[in-house]
Order: sequence, then structure tokens, then C-alpha cells
Amino acid sequence: MMLDRIMERHRETLILLRRNRKIKAGASILAVILAIAVIGPYTTEYGPLEYTGAIGEPPSSRHPLGTNTFGYDLYSQVVYGLRSSILIGLLGGILATAIGVLIGFISGYFGGIIDELLMMLTNIFLVIPTLALLIIIAAYIEHRGILIESVIIGLTSWPWTARAVRANTLSLRNREFVYLARMSGMPTRSIILREIAPNMLSYIIMVFILQFGGAILYAVSLDFIGLGPTKGISLGVILQQAVLWNAVQLGMWWWAIPPGLLIALLLTSLYVINTGLDEVLNPRLRRQG
Amino acid sequence: MELLRVEDLHVYYLTLRGYVRAVDGVTFTLTKGEVLGIAGESGSGKSTLVNYIILPKPPMVRVKGRIYYKGLELTGLAREELGKIRYKGISIIPQYAMDSLSPTKKVKRIILDLARGRSREDLIEKARERLKLVNLSERVLDMYPIELSGGMKQRVVMVISTLLDPDVLIADEITSALDVTTQRAVLEMIRDFKETGIIKSVIFVTHDIAALYQIADRIMVMYAGKLVEIGDADGVVGNPKHPYTRALIESLPRIGVRYKVKRLKGIPGSPPSLLNPPRGCRFSPRCSEALEKCRFEEPPETLVDGRRVYCWLYSR
Amino acid sequence: MVAQALLEVRNLVKVFKSGMMGREIVAVDRVSFNIEEGEILSLLGESGSGKTTIARMILRLLKPTSGDILYKGRNIWKLKGRELIEYYRQVQGVFQDPYSSFNPIHKVDRPLLQALKNLQGIEGSEALKIIRETLRKVGLNPDEVLGKYPHQLSGGQLQRVSIARALLVNPKLLVVDEPVSMLDASTRIDVLNIFADLRDNEGVSILMIGHDISLSYYISDRIIILYKGSIMEEGETDAVLGSPLHPYTKMLIESIPRIEEKWGRKSRIRLDVDQKPTAMSGCKFLDRCPHAFNMCTRKPNLIRKDNRKIACWLYKNNYNQDIA
Repeated sequence: MMLDRIMERHRETLILLRRNRKIKAGASILAVILAIAVIGPYTTEYGPLEYTGAIGEPPSSRHPLGTNTFGYDLYSQVVYGLRSSILIGLLGGILATAIGVLIGFISGYFGGIIDELLMMLTNIFLVIPTLALLIIIAAYIEHRGILIESVIIGLTSWPWTARAVRANTLSLRNREFVYLARMSGMPTRSIILREIAPNMLSYIIMVFILQFGGAILYAVSLDFIGLGPTKGISLGVILQQAVLWNAVQLGMWWWAIPPGLLIALLLTSLYVINTGLDEVLNPRLRRQG
Repeated sequence: MELLRVEDLHVYYLTLRGYVRAVDGVTFTLTKGEVLGIAGESGSGKSTLVNYIILPKPPMVRVKGRIYYKGLELTGLAREELGKIRYKGISIIPQYAMDSLSPTKKVKRIILDLARGRSREDLIEKARERLKLVNLSERVLDMYPIELSGGMKQRVVMVISTLLDPDVLIADEITSALDVTTQRAVLEMIRDFKETGIIKSVIFVTHDIAALYQIADRIMVMYAGKLVEIGDADGVVGNPKHPYTRALIESLPRIGVRYKVKRLKGIPGSPPSLLNPPRGCRFSPRCSEALEKCRFEEPPETLVDGRRVYCWLYSR
Repeated sequence: MVAQALLEVRNLVKVFKSGMMGREIVAVDRVSFNIEEGEILSLLGESGSGKTTIARMILRLLKPTSGDILYKGRNIWKLKGRELIEYYRQVQGVFQDPYSSFNPIHKVDRPLLQALKNLQGIEGSEALKIIRETLRKVGLNPDEVLGKYPHQLSGGQLQRVSIARALLVNPKLLVVDEPVSMLDASTRIDVLNIFADLRDNEGVSILMIGHDISLSYYISDRIIILYKGSIMEEGETDAVLGSPLHPYTKMLIESIPRIEEKWGRKSRIRLDVDQKPTAMSGCKFLDRCPHAFNMCTRKPNLIRKDNRKIACWLYKNNYNQDIA
């Protein structure tokens, strides 16, 4: 029912969302990539780490993206790798967004000493060189899976979200309708849940999309320097191995280009969607439109 | 000498729900040396009208009409051509100009953006003199906009907009966010600028008809995209002809008027939606003197005491 | 027994800190005044005068740095639970911006129903009946506004709904912060008339925050002129605005654009160099005052002078008398 009301109020926004070219383009690319990640693994007879017998072969009908030096089928590596990269992005993104929203909201709504302590914590996390921290943590954990990697990413990339959400909460909290709710004797709990939170929904969605893309990029960076999952495959791991075994120098472009292209397309589509959402949801930009 | 002529201008906004007929057939001229005031409430189209003259941009669409500046037709000119006229020929201070000064540039930098081939030293020297005219010290040049108070920002914007001595200065609601004391000072500066010849004529747009009366030679009243009355300021304010102008002026409290002594009345109802404006006279649904035909036929232009009035009461 | 004022503000101070170690801004500087039963009192001031901050402190939305606000003799910051609900049943407010007074995602009915439910315990058809009556009282047709979202109504309609919300609980004191400044001139006066009628017919006290002198003149019984967080002049409307004594009040009145006469050739208005209120030892109007003299570097007290109170060294005959 709540959703219905939001829909009613946002009917015009929904029309604009559907009309926005950036959102259309970004969402189409994203949909195709997601479809590959979901369906892809069912369309290949090889496992991603299964020896096929063919070594370093260029793309052919048997191996649409060729094979690498170890005889692994690259098409299968890419579709499985894409799946885990997206999984890491989702898990890491959700975790970072959740922590950031929670800390930012508490900080902004309650203010005072709670705010100062939480913001101090946030600032500490913000200035720690995240990649260096990730390297250290990743190096200490011997058996790293996708889950651990996304948790590490989630736990380190929330600070800017916390700051942004805090600012957003602060401005909402001091809006007149919140004052009036207080003067109407509404309990704090319903002020937060019914008056403030629903107004932050679109903002949180945009933050999540950015975190999603950020987590994928972080994971690729970790994989690329050899700190990715110890077992299994991801787009970053494919790239790392391609570089390690001189794929480009050996003319094996099919080893490096497809995973690289997919990462670039994935991140671009997310960025474009976000820009489109900003145009539609941010009233200041919309007015200029 | 005629500086500006607007002929039967229709400017609409294209929205998802259709055309918003913001300016729907407005004709007026501006002569050298005069201050023309445009008064109207929110949604009257006054701001769209003056912005379209020199800053036309989507979603504004010109459906009909022409604009001439010293005989040169502005309507249909490319954006770059209009850009050459802006600041030198016609300069506009848009409504929120003082809040849109670039926060990362010092005032000096903002001024130098106007240089475009002119001598930078001369420009800064001129700016120094002008700042003095508006009672600002030249230290302002080295300050960022956030370091300035509202009144100071508005004066800086005035100096920038008039630095190239434009023929026409268009001021859109430049005093509405200011305190009364600052408002009076800014209005007096506009008058001084015109009297010393820095600018030759002014179009001053505001919802505050009393402020307008202080500086305007002629006043034009707009309602729902239409011109309702235009004439000399004393006449329009002292002896308004159109029922809308009359009701508007009667609803203004004056110093010394208290509700216990004299209860004032507002205008019932609210302005119409410009997506689908009423037939006939657009004020007729709220007008206490409306005749039968006001609701069906648009009132023609009528000359009353040398004033152009659009009302059936004066045209039989 | 001395008649007790409905609301007493005593030595109210509000200091804002900007940033963690930033400088302090004194928004309200030792302000005292009373609101009597059944009067309309205007707090008049320009931006930075602290008028809105005072309103928010009275509405218990902002905690004073020091000083007390007493409602019927009780400190409002000591109220808890039921007492607080009772306070909001008697003291309500209306804000300047009708658009941000309503949550864009809820229909306008919601805040009205909430107020009746939480403050009066009234729900259902009885609540609806009261709501419809109150909407009619502020000049609205209930069928035109109920069930609508804020963006479907005009600013004038929304502001009336906002006033209706405040009136639902039959408050004794209404704090209205620039209630008409965002409305068109042609609808302003009708909203002010609602307040005047409330005072006349129901004895409601109204504290009106404003910057428009003519509007305050039209409706108020008494006026307080604020400048940079301090009271400059206070008294009956006709006295303060009709024959102002304080140089600041005089400058304000000189600055009003009037439709009955044009300004003289040149005003003597001096503009402020820095508009941010700060704690100063002397008179806050010192740097803009055409009559300033050596005495003015000390802060003048608010003293009684004839039919008003004034804080200015030009009227220093009551030299040793503190706040009268």
C-alpha cells in the first residue's frame, strides 16, 4: 500500500524515468550483462577450471572465446567470472550501503555527542588508504572466497555513504513537515519511519548503484594484484592471469579483451544509469531540462 | 528613441502535460531613458517574458511574435548572436543571480569573464569605480561570493551586469530576497545608474507594486500570461482602470491602516492553470465586475486616459 | 495577585556554533518579552534578527543556550510526556513555506488526522467532521483539498491547510512564522484576516514573526522591533510604528515603499558591512546609525520611555533604570 502511494505521487517521475535516454541505454546494457551472468553458465559444457585439451587456441566454434595457456575454455571462464564479479558487487554494495545508511542516519537524526563520535569513526575510515587496508586484510586470510572478499569490501567502503546520508538526514530532519509532525505529538519512531525514511528512498537507491559499481571495481583491483578468491574465478582473476602469462605479448587478445570489455561496459552502464536517475530525481537538474 | 519593441509575443513551455501558455500575446515598447516596471503575481508570465528577450532557452517555445532591439530582430537569432548583444546591448539580472555567482571564483575572476578581447586592466579599473558608486570597497574584488552578505552580492551582480554600459538593463525580482533597508538602497542605485547614463533604460520586474511605483515611469500589469493594463506609473497606481489592478492595489495594506479600522479584502480564488486557461478574459472567473461576454470573448485593447487597458468595461 | 502573562520569555539566548571548533554566532541575545492573553504581538525584524530562532524555541523545536520560556508560569523545557502533549494542544505553529510544511509523499489529510489523534485522541468520523469544519473556517472547501497530495494544491491553499492543522486542537497561542510572505499579494490579506478573526472571536493569542511592516501594522496590537538578536523598541503598534523613536525603527519605516507617495530624493540608509549577528559589546546598530555617539559603544538597556520600551542611548534620561 505504501508503495502504491509512492507510485501515485511519483507518476510523473516514473514517466520521466522511462523517457530518460541515459536510463534507457544504461538499463539495456545492464540487462544484457545480467542475462549473460545468469544464463551463460548453462550454455557451456566446460567448467571454468576444466582442462579442455586445447591450449592457447583462438576463438572457434568449439571455444567461442578461445582457450588459454592452461587449456581452460575462456567463454566458460568469462560467464562464470562475470557471475561471481556481480555477486561480489551486490554483496559488497549492499553491505556498504547498509552500514553507511545506518551510521549516517543515526548520526544525522540524533546529532550531539552520538553524531560527533560516529563522524569521528567515519572520518578515520575515510582517510585510511582503503586499498592498502584491503591488501593487508586479504593477505592475512588464507582461504579467500567470494563472500570474504565482498565482506572486506563492504566493511571498508561505507564512509562516504555515511557522510552523504548524514547530510541528507540532517536537511530532512529540519524540514518544516518534520517539525510539524513533532508538534502534532507524533512519536519519534513513526517520524523516522513514516516521514523521513520514505523521502530518502530514491537517494539510497542511487547510493547503492554507486556502491555496487565501486565494489566491482575494488574486487577487480584486488584480483588483479593477486589477492582475489583463492579458489574459483572472477573477471579480475582472468585479467590477472592473462597479464601474468603475457597473453597480449603472445597475441592471445581473446584472453584479456573480453573480460576487460565486460568490466568496462558493466561499470559504464551503472554510471550512466546513475547520471540519468540524478537528472530525473534531482529537482534542481530537472528544472534545467 | 525606441530601444526595444515586443510585438504580440507568445512564449509557451513544453511540458509532459502539454503547453503552458506562460506569455500569451504581449505587446509593448521601451524608449530610451525610461524605467518600465512589470508587475504581476506568481504565474503571470512576467519573468518568462523578460527572460525570453535575451536568454531564450528550452523548454521555452516561441509560438508567435517578434522582438526588436534598435530595429534589429532578436527573435530567430542564434544563441551566439544573442550572446554578443548580452551585457553590451541588453543585460539581464535573472531572479536568483545573486545566488548563482560561481562559488569557486573570486569576484575579480567573475568580472574578467566579461573581458573577451577587452583590456583586462581597463575592465578592473572600471569595476573599481563602479563598486565605489554602490558603496562597496574594492576589497570585494578579492573576495569569494560566500564571503558577501545578500545585499553586497546583489550590488556586485548589479556592477557586473552593467559594467559594459548596456542600453537596457532587465532586473527580474532583484529585490525580493532583500531586507527593506537594502531594497531601498538597491532601488536608488538603479535610479542613479540610469541618471548618470551608465544604463539608458530599465525594465524592472517585481511582484511588489509599491516598490515598482518608487522607480518606474510606466507600469505594465500582467495576469495569467496576458497584459491587462499599461500606462504611466502615477495613473496605474493612483487610478487603476482594470478590475484586477484595482483589486490588487486595494488589497495592499498601507502604513496606518489597521484591520480594526478598515478591513481589507483580497481577491477571491486563485490564478488559472495556464495549461488550460479560461476562455474570454482570464481574470473573469475572479472578477467582481465581470459581464456575460467577459467569459467568452477576449477583451480588445482600449485606450482609457492615454492608457492601454484590456477590459470589456471600457469597450462597448 | 498579579496577572500572569500567557507566555514569558526571559533572558533568552541562542548561540549557534558553526563547525566543530568554528566561531560562535549569537542569534538571540538576552531577549525578554511577554505574550498576553488575546493579543496579536508582532516580532518584526530583517534577516539575521533572530526572529525565526525565537519562534522555534517557543515551539520547543530548538533548545535555548540559556534563559527561560514560561508558559502559564511553567518552564516549557521541563515538560515531559503528557505535559508536552498538553503544551502542543495549547500552543501551535504555522511556518513560512507552505510547500515544505507538507511531506510530499503523504496526502494532506495525514498531518490533520495525526494532530487530532495524538493530541486529542480523536479518530474516525468524528475527526473527519472536525477537520471539515476547521477547513471551512479558514476559507477552504474541504472537498477540494481532502484526499489531495501537496503538489496538487496551490501555495495559498496549502498555507490555509497548514493553518487549519494548527487550529484543529483549539490552541490558546498560535506562533506564526512569516505566514504570508510566500503568498501572492492578492491572497495575503485574507490569510491575515483569519488570524484577526481568531483573536477577536476566540481570544487566541498570536505571535506573528514577520519582516513586512505594513502587514504587521495592519494586524498587530503590539510590536517588537528586533535587530541582530536584540530588542530595539517595543510597544503598542501605533506608538512604535506611528511615531518611532529608535533610529533603526525610523530607518525601517523610511525604507518601506508606499503606493501613496514616492520616496524623497536621497535616503540616508547605510548598508551593513557584515550581516552576521555577533556578540558585540556596544549597540548593535552602531555602525549603521546616523546618530551614533561615544556612548553607543556600550550596550544600551531596554528602558521604559513614555508609552514604549526602547534600547537607545539617545533616550538616556532613565539612565539607571534597568528593564522596566
